[in-house]
Order: sequence, then C-alpha cells, then structure tokens
Amino acid sequence: MENMKNFFRTLFDNNHRSRTVSYLIVIIGYAVIELMLRTGNLSSMFQSLLVPVTCYIVAALGLNLNVGVSGELNLGQAGFMSLGAFTGVCLSGVLAPVISNGIIRLILAIVLGALVASLFGFLIGIPVLKLQGDYLAIVTLAFGEIIKSLVNNLFIGFDQNGMQFSFVENKLNLAPGGKALISGPMGATGTQRISTFTIGIILVLIALTIIYNIIYSRSGRAIQACRDNRIAAESVGIHVANTKMLAFVISAALAGAAGALYGLNYSTLVPAKFDFNLSILVLVYVVLGGLGNMTGTIFSTIILVLLPELLRGLRDYRMLIYAVVLIVMMILSNNEKVKELLAKARQSLPFGRTKEVEE
Amino acid sequence: MKFEKIVKGGLAALMAMSMAACSGSSSSAASTSAPADGTAASAAPAADAGTAPAAKGAFKLGGSGPLSGGAAVYGNAVKNAAELAVAEINAKGGIQFELNMQDDEHDAEKAVNAYNALKDWGMQVSLATVTSAPGAAVAPLYAEDQTFAITPSGSSLAVIYADSTNQSGAYGNVFQMCFTDPNQGVASADYLSTHKDLGSKVAIIYKNDDNYSTGIYEKFTAEAQAKGLEVVYSGTFAGEDNDFNVQLAKAQEAGADILFLPIYYQPASTILKQASEMGYKPTVFGVDGMDGILSMEGFDTKLAEGVYLLTPFSADATDDLTKNFVNNYKAKYGDVPNQFAADAYDAVYAIAQGLEAAGATADMSNADICKALVGQFTSMTFNGLTGADVTWNANGEVSKAPKAVVIQNGVYVGVEG
Repeated sequence: MENMKNFFRTLFDNNHRSRTVSYLIVIIGYAVIELMLRTGNLSSMFQSLLVPVTCYIVAALGLNLNVGVSGELNLGQAGFMSLGAFTGVCLSGVLAPVISNGIIRLILAIVLGALVASLFGFLIGIPVLKLQGDYLAIVTLAFGEIIKSLVNNLFIGFDQNGMQFSFVENKLNLAPGGKALISGPMGATGTQRISTFTIGIILVLIALTIIYNIIYSRSGRAIQACRDNRIAAESVGIHVANTKMLAFVISAALAGAAGALYGLNYSTLVPAKFDFNLSILVLVYVVLGGLGNMTGTIFSTIILVLLPELLRGLRDYRMLIYAVVLIVMMILSNNEKVKELLAKARQSLPFGRTKEVEE
Repeated sequence: MKFEKIVKGGLAALMAMSMAACSGSSSSAASTSAPADGTAASAAPAADAGTAPAAKGAFKLGGSGPLSGGAAVYGNAVKNAAELAVAEINAKGGIQFELNMQDDEHDAEKAVNAYNALKDWGMQVSLATVTSAPGAAVAPLYAEDQTFAITPSGSSLAVIYADSTNQSGAYGNVFQMCFTDPNQGVASADYLSTHKDLGSKVAIIYKNDDNYSTGIYEKFTAEAQAKGLEVVYSGTFAGEDNDFNVQLAKAQEAGADILFLPIYYQPASTILKQASEMGYKPTVFGVDGMDGILSMEGFDTKLAEGVYLLTPFSADATDDLTKNFVNNYKAKYGDVPNQFAADAYDAVYAIAQGLEAAGATADMSNADICKALVGQFTSMTFNGLTGADVTWNANGEVSKAPKAVVIQNGVYVGVEG
C-alpha cells in the first residue's frame, strides 16, 4: 500500500510526466473517436455514451482533487452535479429564445453551473473545513440528500413576464407559451439537447489543466502538505482551512460543470438521478483509478461506464456480472502482486519509464 | 499476506461464480419451457446485431424497461406479457415479431443507451419504455429516427409531447397504451363528483417525489375545484416513508369522508392498515396504481374491502380474453398479471393489428413502417384487455373508458360509471 502511494507521489513529483500522459490519452482518444465517427464506424450505442463518459470523467477528476490530493472524503459530488445540471438546464431554457446557437448556450450553462456549484461548495466549506476528522464526509452526504429533496419540491417556470418560482406545490401560473423549466419530481422535461462530445473533451482538458496546475503550484504543495500532516503544515504557516477550501471549491465547480453538460445531453432530467448512489459511483471511479491519479481516474471511469453497456449481451446476468467484475477489479487493483506486475510492465515500455526517485 | 489476499480474492470470485451458476440454472430451466425464449435469446448480442440470426420476415420489436433495480417488477411484467403476446401472434402465422427488451434501470441515461443498443440491433417498431422519465428521454430520439413507438405504461405527458407544459409539440409517432396521468386525475374527479353518495369531503395523500402521483394530484385538485368537490386536506410523503399516521390523523380531523390515494399499492396498503388501526373509515378511492393490492404478499385483503379504484384492467374479469391471458400468464410466469402486463399485451396486439391492416412487411424502412402505423393508429379501433373501442388521437393519447371497480369479498366488482 505504502509502495503504491509512493509510486503515485513520485509520478507527480516527476516533472509533469503524468500530466503529459493524461493530455496525450485524452487527445489521442478524441482523435480516434472522431475518426471513427466521421467514417461511420461507431455504433449508435457508443455514440450515445460519449457525452456521459466525459461528464463522469470531469466529475471524477474534480472528486479526485478533493479526495486524492486534498485527502478529504466527499460523499456529495452528485449534489453538486445536480446544482450544475438544473442551473444549466434553466439557463439554456431561458436563453433559448434569445440565443439560438446551442454551443454558446452550452458554454454559458456550463460556466453558470460551475459558479453555482462552487458557491454552494464555498458556503459548506466555511464551517466544515475548519474541523478535523470526517465531518466533510458527513456534511456532504447530507448536502446531496438535501439538494435532491429541494429540487424534488422546486417548480420554476418561464414566460414572457419573466421567471416564476414556487415551492412544494406547483403554483406556477404561466402565460400561454410559457414553459415550466423544473417541475418538481418530474424535473426538467423537453430540454433541447445541445451537449456535444467536443465540448465534453474540451471540458476534460480544462479540468486536467486546472488540476495539474494546482497540483504543481505552491498551493498544490500546500494542499498535499495539509493532507499528509496537518500539524506540520500549520507549523510552517499554511492556513489549513483555506488551503483545503481551494481543492473543495474547485472540485464542486468541476462537478457543476459536468452536471450542466450532462443535463443538456438529455431531453429529460429527474432530481432523483443525482442520489447518494451516484456520489458513490463517482467515488468508485476515483478509488479504482487510484487516489491522486488523474489518468487512472479517466481510465476507470471509461471502463466502468462502458462495462454495463458492453454486458447487455448477457441479458439477465448483466448486473450480476457487473458487480462481480467490480469486486474483482477492486481486489486485484489492491493486490501487491498485480501492482508489482503493473510496475514492471510500465518499466518495460519505453515511454512509460519513470525516473525513479527512491526515498 | 499476499497469499491471504489471493485466497480471499479467489474465494470472492468463487462465491460470485457459484451465485451466477445458481441463478443461471434456475433461469434457464424456467426459460426452456417458454416458447418465446428462442426469439428473445437470439436477440441477445445487441452490439454485433448484424450477425444475429433474424427470423425471416419478422418485425424487430424493441423496448426497454427496468428489468433490474427497484422498479423491476413493472419492467418484468411488461417483458413477460410482451413475450406472451409475441409468442401467440407468431404462432398464428401472419405478422411475425422478434422481441428484444433491454434493461434501462428506470434511468433516463440508461434508457438512451438501451435505445441506441436497440437501434444498432435494427429495431423497426418499439414498445418505447415502461416508465415515464426514461420514456421522456427517448421519445425525441424515436421522433428523430422516425421509428414507431407505443409505450405500454409511460403515462406522463412528457412521453408524447416535447412541450408538456402546454401540451404542444407532440412527437406524433410516440403513442400511449395507458391513460395519461392528468386523464386519471380528471376521470377520478368526474367519478367522485357524479357519485356524491360516496362522500363530499376529500382528503388526498400523495407521493410528492413521484411524477405519476403528483401528475394525478395536480389535475385532480384543479378538476375537483371546478366540479364542486371539497378538498379538505392534502398530505404528502416521499421515498420509502411508511408511517402515515400524521397524514391520516389530519385527514380525519378535517372530517374527510373520501380518501383519494393517487399512489402505488405498496404505500397504499400501509395507509389502509394504519387507517384501520386508528379506526378511521373513509371511502378509499384509488387509481390504476392501486391495482395489485389484492395479490400483495402479507396484506390482509379484508382491509381493502370497499376500496374503489379506476383501473383499465382487472385480472378477475370474466370475459374470455382476460381469462385466457391471465391463465396463460400464470402458467408461464407463475403470478397474476397486473395492469402493466395487460397494457403491454395490448400494445403488442395493437401494433400487430396496425401492421396487418396497413399491409406492412418487415423489409420496409422504419420511416415507412412508422408512417403506415401512425396512419392506422389514428384511424383504427382496437379491442383489448384494457378496454373496448380503444382509439388514439394524432398526438398519441389513448382514449378508452376507465372502469371503476369496488373491492368486495376480495374481488373486483365493476360499478356503473
């Protein structure tokens, strides 16, 4: 276990090698998929998975910054995605008559989704990050559930007179031609699907840039210092709460952006989608990919999103096999033998060799 | 240490394999007796569809529903009934179907994936989805690709309208076999307002995180006001709540003599039990979600005595069509079919009737089949399990008479509308 952690840490220390690998993988993956799309070699099923995969990658990358790099357990990533998704869907719905260009609306929605989610992250972080222990996990867990219940009871409509809000009971009184943007448990319906794979990939690259720039910066060292030894970090004058806040808010913002992209990819979106299970699912992507390992997160997300779809051929046994594969992967990825084998395999590859910095 | 881990890993894998083997053997034993299994199994590899052996001249009938997860009971009911209907229709000769039901876990994202898997398989006509939210997600895809779809039980307006707020922008090629949620609310209010002998003060308990329940509730209250019914109390619950004493006490306090429950039968059974425990005896009125309460395990059916419900289907009906369906379904799957199953059975037969009348063949393009079926559905009359003289309008909404039944001595008894 210690080996593994050191290994990952050395990768980060190692002159941005992992950053380059992450970028290359994303760009090459994009090029290959675009080529397959253009030549018509990609089945409809894979095409439908492209955008959700990028959404989950962005949310998982954000969570990895929080859980892996900053070392704070966050169980409410779905709550932040929900905020971003519904904000984004509302903004797109309101702007639809004004701005007909879907891409512009999508970008604005992603930006606003990220802002709203990070604002909520900031507010939660103020009291909680000052505490030591697992309080953030408890609070974010509750936060996710609260957001789900709030949106379940929220009604937002839009007509020529402006926006209308109501809570618990649907009291919207829309003029003819008005549109209900969020209607309680039905969530958003009739959303224009404007998300594109290209924007998704750009968002993944932006997420990687932000995360790597933080990790390699002074703040990033401070974040890791707070994770590894809080007292030592404090003794050299690092403000622990503020430092952790940076990682937490960026994590929330990325989740919000991912949520907006996700929400605008489907014509309907229900609040119940962003439940505790989704938070755990994103956490599983992160843990399986390796804490602090961004490339690993990208791969594990792709595999775990694709897996249940690839298993459709197994019909009734699909979810059973999925669970078994997940358990086996978790056990194997934690197995010393397998880790050694992987490390050896990496050494034998010319481009995978890392400058060993033994401690 | 390492050895221990390998042993543990091996054990976990072994356990999982034995589990898989168990479920495998029981399921395959069950399915060998099912004649429809052949068609269903051959449809398995969705991704490499081109190589799947297709029955010659058979229409590829797709659909998705929650076959796993919390809502699996509905998805499996639809899947079973659709298999039954396909087997019967194929046995008759004439129109032939090849059925492929995919799992969507009652999730919009998974439903879109399932839709695309079906598209890769070469789906020509579809049962859309079993539940509403996934249905709303795939409906625009069916419209774009011009593939005909009829949902057995996706009752939300968003399944057939792009703009469900204004009921405009109907997709045109997505039809419903079930009533829409608002229609159930209107029909319930109509029934109660014309039967004032049941009571005049209405209390409602509904599930406010469920769009089926809130959809009916909203329309019912609006209609009740217009029809002069007095709603004295409306209470909500959410998720898996199972304590309704507060809501019931408030309803009793408000002097309600009718308790309207636009919810599914599982929470309704708890409400009936708790109401009887506190000695509150209003006339309980349910909608089609109440269907199934009599066959619920561990429920004392005496509590349901005198419960009214509007349902398109009752498994105890004595007409030949229902009797045959219920018997065949029981023989094949071992339990009594619910209204989801009945709607699915009807949907398959309606598609078959439409295809037959239009003279469509399986080598036609999706768009041509779609055009032919839309023409038929908007003009034909269908007689099925869930209603006689069923028609559809151009928006895809069904028109059939809801049947009001009352539970007496543990069976449904029809009452005059």
